[in-house]
Amino acid sequence: MIEFRSVTKQFPDGTVAVEGFDLVIPPRKTTVLVGSSGCGKTTLLRMINRMIDPTSGSILIDGEDTASLAPVKLRRRIGYVMQNSGLLPHRKVIDNVATVPVLNGVPKKKARAHALELLDTVGLDRSLAGKYPRQLSGGQQQRVGVARGLAADPNILLMDEPFGAVDPIVRAELQQETIRLQAGLGKTVVFVTHDIDEAFLLGHQVVILQKGGHIAQVGTPAEILARPADDFVASFVGADKGKRKLRIERVDGTDVVVDENGTPTGVLQP
Amino acid sequence: MNLFFDGIAWILDSANQGGPGGWIARLGEQLAYTFGAVAIAAVIAVPLGYLVGHTGRGRDLAVSLSGGFRALPSLGLLILLGLGLGIGFRAPLLTFVILAIPPILAGAYAGFEAIDRKTIDAARALGMTELQIVGRVEVPLGLPLLIGGIRSGVLQVVATATLAAYVSGGALGVFIFEGFSTRNYAEALGASILVTVLALVLEGIFALIQRLVVPRGVVAKEPTEIRTRSSRPVAVAGLPAQEGK
Repeated sequence: MIEFRSVTKQFPDGTVAVEGFDLVIPPRKTTVLVGSSGCGKTTLLRMINRMIDPTSGSILIDGEDTASLAPVKLRRRIGYVMQNSGLLPHRKVIDNVATVPVLNGVPKKKARAHALELLDTVGLDRSLAGKYPRQLSGGQQQRVGVARGLAADPNILLMDEPFGAVDPIVRAELQQETIRLQAGLGKTVVFVTHDIDEAFLLGHQVVILQKGGHIAQVGTPAEILARPADDFVASFVGADKGKRKLRIERVDGTDVVVDENGTPTGVLQP
Repeated sequence: MNLFFDGIAWILDSANQGGPGGWIARLGEQLAYTFGAVAIAAVIAVPLGYLVGHTGRGRDLAVSLSGGFRALPSLGLLILLGLGLGIGFRAPLLTFVILAIPPILAGAYAGFEAIDRKTIDAARALGMTELQIVGRVEVPLGLPLLIGGIRSGVLQVVATATLAAYVSGGALGVFIFEGFSTRNYAEALGASILVTVLALVLEGIFALIQRLVVPRGVVAKEPTEIRTRSSRPVAVAGLPAQEGK
């Protein structure tokens, strides 16, 4: 469990990225922080592994205040996946995956053997192990990034817009893979995105943020869609544009679901 | 042209080669100045450049320092230091160290600065200590530019080391000054040819080293990129008649 307690972050240039932020992130679930750019979502994520320290307030992991933990040690037990994978260009795929275990003192041979298994886990062919990151496609690099995030078997996995730079088809694949991995491994995933559809797809808990890290609404996707807290949320999830307002039309004895503009989106199963 | 062959003949004459005053020994001195000065300069400039490149602090000072020092006239500096330190090898060596510091300093910090900030951010987020970030990420990725800096330092010193003879510091300049003052132009030219060949050989060696130290992953995909960029526009530009079709 990760707990934010009235966390405020003001950067040296005076910008207040986050103000009085409170949130409980449940264990073994996916929590998605979603909002437009500048809403402080990445700042919030990076405060969990102390890449950024809060100006005031505290962040607790399983009841332990992170401020009392050494940043380097803390980061090694939290998986981190970033946009554009952030792989080390001069190291082979297998050594990129093995980075954190090697830092933790696991013998290189053992770490590499485990890294090969992780390539299987994220759906990559083992023949890619000896390649360098730039020889891989964007989607493959991102999978390597996920494998690296999982390498030290952390309880928490932080994902910072990990699929922002890949094309829609690969993104859909990676999203399904993330759902499968989270369900199979039972990690606490904290995911940051600006895409509300991605948030609803992946999140057990979705946190919609407004400027300054103010929470507009927290809930399951269904709760948010059923009862948007205010006009901002309604507009953000697209409820005001008709995309989310579906109705049933009967066509040749079949119930077809159409949106407000009459565009068919699916078929209702009995 | 005759003079040029006279110069070659002077080099080939065995009477000019051996012994403590022969050109082989002087060439050795030239090399000793070059690598001695560059090694001392590297010991000073590389840690300093790494510190500036890693922390980003003191960058303006490093830039103006390496720019300003480059403008120093070597001969003037040599004579000034010679007046203080006397004749011999010390004044030239110190001059050449000062000459070699700017390019090496610039190569060291520029090598660090050229690395994608996201790569370094990722290394830190994984849990590398600052020292591990320097040693395992910044040093290997910054190596090509550092070697480039050392390369230009070596070339500058090897060419300038002829000045050492001005304060009786030996090296190949001895023959050039002696040749001009005794009107033995073959001797002056022969020594000049030796300096030129030495500089070219060192340039070749360093160009090779620079290619070898580029981390393999960094060059992995480059050849294809170069090809797609260069060949296409050339072919199209050659067919103006086809335009608009």
